[in-house]
Amino acid sequence: MFESFPLWPQRASTIAGQVDALYVFLVLLSLFMTAAIFTMILIFAIRYRRRPGVQAEQIEGSHKLEITWSIVPMGVFMVIFFWSAIIFFKQRTPPDGAGTVYVVAKQWMWKLQHEEGQREINQLHIPVGKDIKLIMTSQDVIHSFYVPAFRIKQDVLPGRYTTTWFHATKAGTYHLFCAEYCGTQHSGMIGQVVVMEPAEYQAWLSGGGVTQSLAQTGETMFQQLGCATCHRTDGQGRGPNLAGLYGSKVTLVDGRTLTADENYIRESILVPGVKIVSGFQPVMPVFQGLVTEEQLNSLIAYVKSLNPPPSGTAGTPSGVPAGAKLGEGQVQ
Amino acid sequence: MTDSHAATQHGPELLHHFADEEQQRNSASLGMWLFLGTEIMFFGGMFLAYLVYRLNYFESFAASSRSIAVPLGAINTAVLLCSSLTVVLAVRAAQMGKRKLLIWMLILTLIFGLAFLAIKGVEWHEKYEEHHIPGNFMGRAFDVSDIQRDFPKLHVDPQHAQIFFSLYFALTGIHALHMIVGVGIFLWLIYKAWKGDFGPKYYTPVEIGGLYWHFVDVVWIYLFPLLYLIDRKPL
Amino acid sequence: MATAAIAPEREDYLNKEYGIRSWLLTVDHKRIALLYLISITLFFFIGGFFALLIRLELLTPAGDLVQADTYNKLFTMHGQVMVFFFLIPSIPAVLGNFLVPIMIGAKDLAFPRINLLSWYLYIAGGALMLYAILSGGVDTGWTFYTPLSTSFSNTHVVTAGLGIFINGFSSILTGLNFVVTVHRMRAPGMTWSRLPLFIWAHYATSIVMLLGTPVIAVTLVLVVLERTLHLGIFDPRLGGDPLLFQHLFWFYSHPAVYIMILPSMGVVSEVMACFTRKRIFGYTFVAMSSIAIAVFGFLVWAHHMFVAGMSMYAALVFSILSYLVAVPSAIKVFNWTATMFKGSISFDTPMLYALGFVGLFTIGGLTGLFLAALGLDVHVTDTYFVVAHFHYVMVGGAVMGYMAGMHFWWPKISGRMYPDSWGRLAALIVFVGFNLTFFPQFVLGYMGMPRRYWDYSHSPEFQVLNVLSTAGATILAVGYLLPMVYFLWSMRYGKPAPANPWGASGLEWMTQSPPTTFNFDETPQVTWEAYDYENIPAPVPEEAFGD
Repeated sequence: MFESFPLWPQRASTIAGQVDALYVFLVLLSLFMTAAIFTMILIFAIRYRRRPGVQAEQIEGSHKLEITWSIVPMGVFMVIFFWSAIIFFKQRTPPDGAGTVYVVAKQWMWKLQHEEGQREINQLHIPVGKDIKLIMTSQDVIHSFYVPAFRIKQDVLPGRYTTTWFHATKAGTYHLFCAEYCGTQHSGMIGQVVVMEPAEYQAWLSGGGVTQSLAQTGETMFQQLGCATCHRTDGQGRGPNLAGLYGSKVTLVDGRTLTADENYIRESILVPGVKIVSGFQPVMPVFQGLVTEEQLNSLIAYVKSLNPPPSGTAGTPSGVPAGAKLGEGQVQ
Repeated sequence: MTDSHAATQHGPELLHHFADEEQQRNSASLGMWLFLGTEIMFFGGMFLAYLVYRLNYFESFAASSRSIAVPLGAINTAVLLCSSLTVVLAVRAAQMGKRKLLIWMLILTLIFGLAFLAIKGVEWHEKYEEHHIPGNFMGRAFDVSDIQRDFPKLHVDPQHAQIFFSLYFALTGIHALHMIVGVGIFLWLIYKAWKGDFGPKYYTPVEIGGLYWHFVDVVWIYLFPLLYLIDRKPL
Repeated sequence: MATAAIAPEREDYLNKEYGIRSWLLTVDHKRIALLYLISITLFFFIGGFFALLIRLELLTPAGDLVQADTYNKLFTMHGQVMVFFFLIPSIPAVLGNFLVPIMIGAKDLAFPRINLLSWYLYIAGGALMLYAILSGGVDTGWTFYTPLSTSFSNTHVVTAGLGIFINGFSSILTGLNFVVTVHRMRAPGMTWSRLPLFIWAHYATSIVMLLGTPVIAVTLVLVVLERTLHLGIFDPRLGGDPLLFQHLFWFYSHPAVYIMILPSMGVVSEVMACFTRKRIFGYTFVAMSSIAIAVFGFLVWAHHMFVAGMSMYAALVFSILSYLVAVPSAIKVFNWTATMFKGSISFDTPMLYALGFVGLFTIGGLTGLFLAALGLDVHVTDTYFVVAHFHYVMVGGAVMGYMAGMHFWWPKISGRMYPDSWGRLAALIVFVGFNLTFFPQFVLGYMGMPRRYWDYSHSPEFQVLNVLSTAGATILAVGYLLPMVYFLWSMRYGKPAPANPWGASGLEWMTQSPPTTFNFDETPQVTWEAYDYENIPAPVPEEAFGD
């Protein structure tokens, strides 16, 4: 209901309605409390206005009242907390099997790379009815990816990946804003999210003259940069075999274990010496400054595509890696 | 207005807004303790940054901390501990009305403080020679390839090492600034002691100046292990 | 010719000595309070001027009044000036300095010379800030997020940072003075449970000032070092962590908002007790709530960072703690409302401001619940919803409390009455102007308008609410200018004030108006409880007021 009410943006994602429901509850609660306090003040102001000969009655307080009006608000607050925590948990947990779009923010534009290979600037075309996960980083300062119609927002940081996700429910064009002040043209760092019906989206995908998927671009980079020399698949390489790496547990030389997520892969390319895999030597060259964020994204897409597809799907390593299992490697 | 203090005997040090000397002394003491509390919060921010990076950039930090001179740091620790002893003795001397002893203890404390600063200067100069000062200080670019050579098995990332040294200089630098202020305070205390302003009835400035000095000492007691000593087992 | 005998002017702290030296070298807490009053009022108008330019720019969607860089400097400096050079000092440095010693029966604060030093540190910091403003400004946002502030901004970040750093010590020393004073200088019989709630509020505020301010100080030092020496503590390109900056920054800046609101709450307690002629309902709970707010206020800082890239689990912890800190504030609002029950209420200017505070702080506080709600905060953080929330609590709350206090204690401070009808008019104008300015911003925020936007021409749907907001701002400006006018007028033409024009309780009302330099002829011996309104007659109207 109230889809295009001027008090809030359109609801165009699965989470939007839930956020709005909480919002309406809080608005009603606030209206109620405000009215209650204002009314009591008004009534007391009139009833107990100063009149000659009438003294104020000195009342110390009431323990019962104090306990009541501490416990009851606390109880209400806990309800709000749990309700909002559930929504937040959903907002922060991309479902398995979500399609991925890589986002690179820079002063003052948004650069987007689809898995299928399309690149966009300040526009994001996505199909309706599909989970889409965004893996984002910044080239310079902190930005924030904000789509009011989806009720999602996530800061985009330099030096690491942050993620967000959404499931668009309505075709249309929606505002994309940068929501973290980032310098002169912060208010110009805006764009559009264009949600299309699946057929239209397929048409758009094939219309751009794109020949390679992002993972394929990554594969090319992988060869060009010489990664394949050491990261062999036959177990003889000086570097670990990357097939099946993404999402798996990795043990380092100092005994620590971690999950190989996007941030780990990125760090391993840029500053490999910091986390050396157990059983290997620290001989990988440093690539910091030698690859752009977009190239990094393509390499990561390629590494992800090296995961064996889940049984039952005929995933082709060089095609659209739709079946790539994302596993537990959530980037917080 | 009745001159309320004319009736009671007190020294010239009692300020007019205090009822009596005890209130003045207690106020000064509480004031200094609170101020030292704020100093803990001040240093705390830097300690937090250091701990966060130590955890995240362990190898670079461990290797870099090996390159700072433990002997010099240890001597400085001993110097400061001795200076705290002389401070305590100075307060005791004031309490007992022994002016000459008080002045000597204050002077000794001052000398220890200056010795600390001198040794710190030597240490920093060593860092300058080794190109371990972050950035491009006086034309010498930061360079930790010597540390990497010392620890071939570790990955010493120059950026992470630069953060170590930034925090090292920030922490020891701000500590040194506090020492310099302490030196200034003790110069003033020596002057006042020489004039005969302190005795059993009034030695508050010596006491609270001493508190400040002890605090600067305690900060060093934390700095020394955290920067120089932790994890000295073979890497 | 008969010469009329001229009665000798009664001596007070204002006429005891004349000349600029007697003011600039004073150690009298009351004169220092006035020095602060003049300086913070200056900064208030500077910050307010920036706000007016911001609101004028936002009248139209296009950025057509000033350039983008200029706009970014305007909102940055509006924030820095208002937070650090107006709000944080305001009540403690003016009303606190003036009243804390008198309320507890002391002749001065524990450290009068440090008090004067505090003011000079404020001036030094303020001078650096003014220099930064005049020589081109700062455009990092008052929050100084890295790496924008350390490695990208081309403006006077170092100067502004140092100005705020020095000003921080003013705050620390004021807090130190108050804590020692309250512990050590209370008159005989003035036990902790007899202290006015104003004192409890300032005590709690001082704890926050003491423990929090050093953290922003060291953070600014690190930012300045990083910026000048390219160190890399907070810049990822040099191996640093921008989130570390945010944690350090908000560790102070969240408790800072409690520095701004607690003194105001103290004022409201005093004013409401006087104008209902009743002891505040639940005195102990209100006093303890002040302490609770100060303590819990240190535990919630990362609720400013829910979408910053922090772990989900950390966010859960900070959200639940933020709900916890809301409870003591709610307790206070309920207690103030209950105080009106069976009171004998009059609606003089201070009371109007106090009631305005209760209403607006309630709204501001309730909207804090929206922001603490994780799932909802994702949508509204970094939008005008946040801007509206903090202006409701800081302006509708803290500034209204400041105005209430100024109007309540003006007769004591200046020895003059101001015309109450003008006071009430200004209070009404402020209330109307304020709501018109900031209520539309809640809607704007939920609609999705991000904050710190110079140009919104791609979203013309935001314009109507922005126009309403700007209209409100002009009304609000008038409301704030009026008191300047009639307070100044009163100093020359106002009716001389009696010792206790409002019939209020409290030691300050037992001294003459204005007080003498040492406040009391003899140290008071306190044998009564706070808010002893049973035994204090209400003022007779025509004797009390100036009109």
